[in-house]
Amino acid sequence: MTNMNVYLLAALSPLFGALVAGLFGKQIGRSAAHLVAIFGVAISLIASIIIFVDVLDGHMFNGSVYTWAIIGDVRFEVGFLIDRLSSLMMIVVTSVSLMVHIYTIGYMKEDPGYQRFFSYISLFTFAMLILVMSNNFLQLFFGWEAVGLVSYLLIGFWYKKDSAIYANLKAFLVNRIGDFGFLLGIALVLHYAGTLDYAAVFDQSENLASQQIELFGGIGWSLVTVICICLFIGAMGKSAQFPLHVWLPDSMEGPTPISALIHAATMVTAGIFMVARMSPLFELSESALSFVLIIGSITALFMGLLGLVQNDIKRVVAYSTLSQLGYMTVALGVSAYSAAMFHLMTHAFFKALLFLAAGSVIIGMHHQQDMRFMGGLRRKMPITWLVSLIGSLALIGFPFLSGFYSKDSIIESVHLSTIPGAGFAYFAVLAGVFVTALYSFRMYFLVFEGEYRGGARKSDHGSHGNHEPHESPMVVWAPLVGLAVLSVFSGAISIQPILFGDYFQDVIFVMESHDVVRQFGEHFHGWFAMGLHGFQTLPFWLAAAGVLVAWFLFLYSPNARKKLTLFSPLTRLFEEKYFLDKFNEWFFARGSKSLGGLLWRIGDQKIIDGMVVNGSAKLVGQVGMQLRRVQTGFVSHYAFVMILGAFALVTIWLF
Amino acid sequence: MSTHVIGSLSLIVWLPIIFGVAVLLIGRDGRERVARWLALVGSVLSALVVIPVWIQFDVKQSEFQFVEFIPWIETFNINYHLGIDGISLVLILLNALTTVFVVVAGWEVITKKVSHYFASFLILSGMINGVFCSLDAMLFYVFFEATLIPMFLIIGIWGGPNRVYAAIKFFLYTLAGSLLTLVALIYLYRTTGGSFAISDFYTVSIPQSAQVLIFLALFAAFAVKIPMWPVHTWLPDAHVEAPTGGSVVLAAVMLKLGGYGFLRLSLPIVPDAARELAPFVIALSLIAIVYIGFVALVQRDMKKLIAYSSISHMGFVTLGIFIFNAEGMQGAVIQMVSHGFISAALFLCVGVLYDRMHSREISDYGGVVNSMPMFAALFLVFAMANAGLPGTSGFVGEFLVIMGAMASNFWFAFAAAMTLILGAAYTLWMYKRVVFGECGSEQIRGLKDVNAREFAMLFVLALIVIGMGLYPKPFTDVIDVSVASVLELASVIKN
Repeated sequence: MTNMNVYLLAALSPLFGALVAGLFGKQIGRSAAHLVAIFGVAISLIASIIIFVDVLDGHMFNGSVYTWAIIGDVRFEVGFLIDRLSSLMMIVVTSVSLMVHIYTIGYMKEDPGYQRFFSYISLFTFAMLILVMSNNFLQLFFGWEAVGLVSYLLIGFWYKKDSAIYANLKAFLVNRIGDFGFLLGIALVLHYAGTLDYAAVFDQSENLASQQIELFGGIGWSLVTVICICLFIGAMGKSAQFPLHVWLPDSMEGPTPISALIHAATMVTAGIFMVARMSPLFELSESALSFVLIIGSITALFMGLLGLVQNDIKRVVAYSTLSQLGYMTVALGVSAYSAAMFHLMTHAFFKALLFLAAGSVIIGMHHQQDMRFMGGLRRKMPITWLVSLIGSLALIGFPFLSGFYSKDSIIESVHLSTIPGAGFAYFAVLAGVFVTALYSFRMYFLVFEGEYRGGARKSDHGSHGNHEPHESPMVVWAPLVGLAVLSVFSGAISIQPILFGDYFQDVIFVMESHDVVRQFGEHFHGWFAMGLHGFQTLPFWLAAAGVLVAWFLFLYSPNARKKLTLFSPLTRLFEEKYFLDKFNEWFFARGSKSLGGLLWRIGDQKIIDGMVVNGSAKLVGQVGMQLRRVQTGFVSHYAFVMILGAFALVTIWLF
Repeated sequence: MSTHVIGSLSLIVWLPIIFGVAVLLIGRDGRERVARWLALVGSVLSALVVIPVWIQFDVKQSEFQFVEFIPWIETFNINYHLGIDGISLVLILLNALTTVFVVVAGWEVITKKVSHYFASFLILSGMINGVFCSLDAMLFYVFFEATLIPMFLIIGIWGGPNRVYAAIKFFLYTLAGSLLTLVALIYLYRTTGGSFAISDFYTVSIPQSAQVLIFLALFAAFAVKIPMWPVHTWLPDAHVEAPTGGSVVLAAVMLKLGGYGFLRLSLPIVPDAARELAPFVIALSLIAIVYIGFVALVQRDMKKLIAYSSISHMGFVTLGIFIFNAEGMQGAVIQMVSHGFISAALFLCVGVLYDRMHSREISDYGGVVNSMPMFAALFLVFAMANAGLPGTSGFVGEFLVIMGAMASNFWFAFAAAMTLILGAAYTLWMYKRVVFGECGSEQIRGLKDVNAREFAMLFVLALIVIGMGLYPKPFTDVIDVSVASVLELASVIKN
């Protein structure tokens, strides 16, 4: 088999599964539908592994599959760029996707939309692969919007639920705001570089950096800064960075497997991936990097804070995802692209784990998501408990676990950076460590420790006779164990090659003066030494403090919490999510409706139709009325006018 | 000039008209079955005769192809002079396919004056092909104006309760514009020393002041037709009152006569004026895209919403034409074809709902997906295409026009790209309120999903929309050279 066939197999086999499960799901039945979907993704994973090994052997690929259109002298292609960045992403995407596919058999067991769900998640896998395998901006945008479409379909999967169909519209529109910037960035690239092919654009990056563009009043902007900021606005939508993050918490209305796959592990990291892919452009603009850094820092700290006051187990994990995406963005901002990709990978594993574990809790609790009614599940769901603990420890950066390596690398990189804003970013990521530990272990203690508080609740979930929480079936917990293993080991084994080896050497471009990862590497003496050293660092003690405070407030002395009235305005601010949703609802949603109404009623109906169109009709009518008076019907009158007219004509003619 | 006396193009123009007359004659007196079948055969045959032309069409040639020339009114040197380039060809294809969909859509729905109904559409289809094939300005004008009559009848006879107002508004609005065109054509006839050949108009030099006047006269006709802001208000009224088939043809094909007119007449005949007035047209186009996007957001009637959406999408056509570059103009032509299929599909979707519920008010719906899942899936394809999702034809035109606009000015591209947000907002918000949620009423709970006839036409449209989005190259290849030659003509200085 040639390489191209393997690439096509990797991309298209999930599409095949999606089409079969989607179009013929009714005819072939449930188990055939999930088998074909799982089979498709499994083949894709195997192909991705083959490709990964092949790439490690030094076989990169950059070429076209077919020509989409030729306009003038510009060729728009659909093609693949298979290198170390894309093959790593392919492994992450297909492996998490396979876990989620298997998990779904158990999670969606009773849902009438079973086949449809499998069709969507396979379609998503296809779209995400198209995105990461692309060798040009056009196809990137195709994948970008296609994952957005599937996200829309999946958030609104339970289409009878008002909150779900509100959330999916919101998600799509907020993402479209990001895409608006993204498309402008692509248009700028096409106009100034004359091509959308990555390699050809990067070859001209110096040339782009030397140009200026006038946007307002004759002030020149660096072209590459404008391009990078436009592209990054796209990433802000997809990767849920402040202030375009508002859709992600609401996306939790969708079924849990997709929260894990799409809204934690893969789709939301597309923005991070994209910026890493564009490193040859971003490196040339310190202003753009600084912008990225500040947005990332705000997201990392302030979104984490919101996780402190959520009672819905999935929303806590969602805010945690926002905060971790902020960490990745911060890493991008300090040119530590490899650290961002590293955290992307470890986060994909432990966050998918946390989400799926939360889903397991939700099944065990008979679709109760409110943590106030949980507690003491450690004994009732031992496997779920154990993997959740592992996931939480990885998330807060406990030494030797995967999250520790990636997060510490980011923090160290920020510490070493000289990009404007790095000081603020350093504070934000350090404070974020404390906050992360606090909300993670608040959740952990509320769910798994203490006494079970759900007994008195009247369950609306009628299909079970037994309302006691119970451990989930194996098809649910087996993927959790797989992800737990990855969450433990993936950091230790890959930090050396990814960060300090030559893994990303030819793929990610970093300027000498920005190369904080290299500086950090000078102090690196192997994963074991780093893990040991981890116990003596500031982030570790901040995390420990967070766990301790969580333990004190949520397990040891819950009453102490009530005395913290000092914080109640702050709590309200967090509960209201900094009033951003309210503001958006009022300003953008209501505002555009009012504007539309105004333009329609005043512009179209009153002015154009009322005054101009019907006005001229009326004018014609009135002129007609006046003219009618002239038509008296008496021949003598007409004769008289005729004679006058004849005189007038003769007079004009003579003189 | 190599001429066939009578050839493929005559067949394309007259075959639907002949079938239309035949339907009228044979299908009278309650022989409705015959009328329907004859109309279907006629529309399918008329579409099939386009295929050999598409195959034989030489995409590398910039001259008009399949030329036919017969003297007609020799006193005024008016000739039956046909010929096509790539732009004409893709629009003829659009028109021919749309006619088939319209016949299928009206199949059992139309019960009043059946033969007249189908005959009107067939005759209209032939006349529209006539516009796209004419190389003689007078012939162009005759076909252009004649299309008004069947559409006037379609709205006036098979329309809604307010049909007479809408029909007259439609008629007068568009007629007012086109009378000025006649004056311009007669002026050009005199300037060229007695020729109505469009190719002679291309080469004759015209002083700048006259160019501006001619431009404005043509603009009056084409801007109303397409329609541009602020002469667009006839369109929502016409759509609301028109029967489903009328809306389909109106949106899918008739609006494109305006865009075609700009490309065939305005730009090449008065290039200096077109360049001088381009900023004015671009401004109106951008207003259409943004202003109308907001207006569409607050519509309560589905047909009105789609009508406003059409106006906004036509803003892309005029923008793409008047930024004078290859991306923009190809984007404009692709947008015309793509919007033809998408708007046709959306109006057919509304028709499917209307036939069952007899309402177009969004608020009367909700939860349609529960009883009509198949319909909901197809409707979603078209809603997403209308929102310009990549992978559908709706993306191709918008994308190319935005790319072209960037070459002209950052802020043009900025305003045009607003449609990414607005288009998604009004389309998907409507979709949400109509399709998602709990069943809004008992009536909705009992709705029957699409039948085989409805499924077939929507499914074929979905395939076209997706196919064109994934692989637009066959279309861009056909128009590539023609667009280049229009651009070349538009760059000539002839004042």
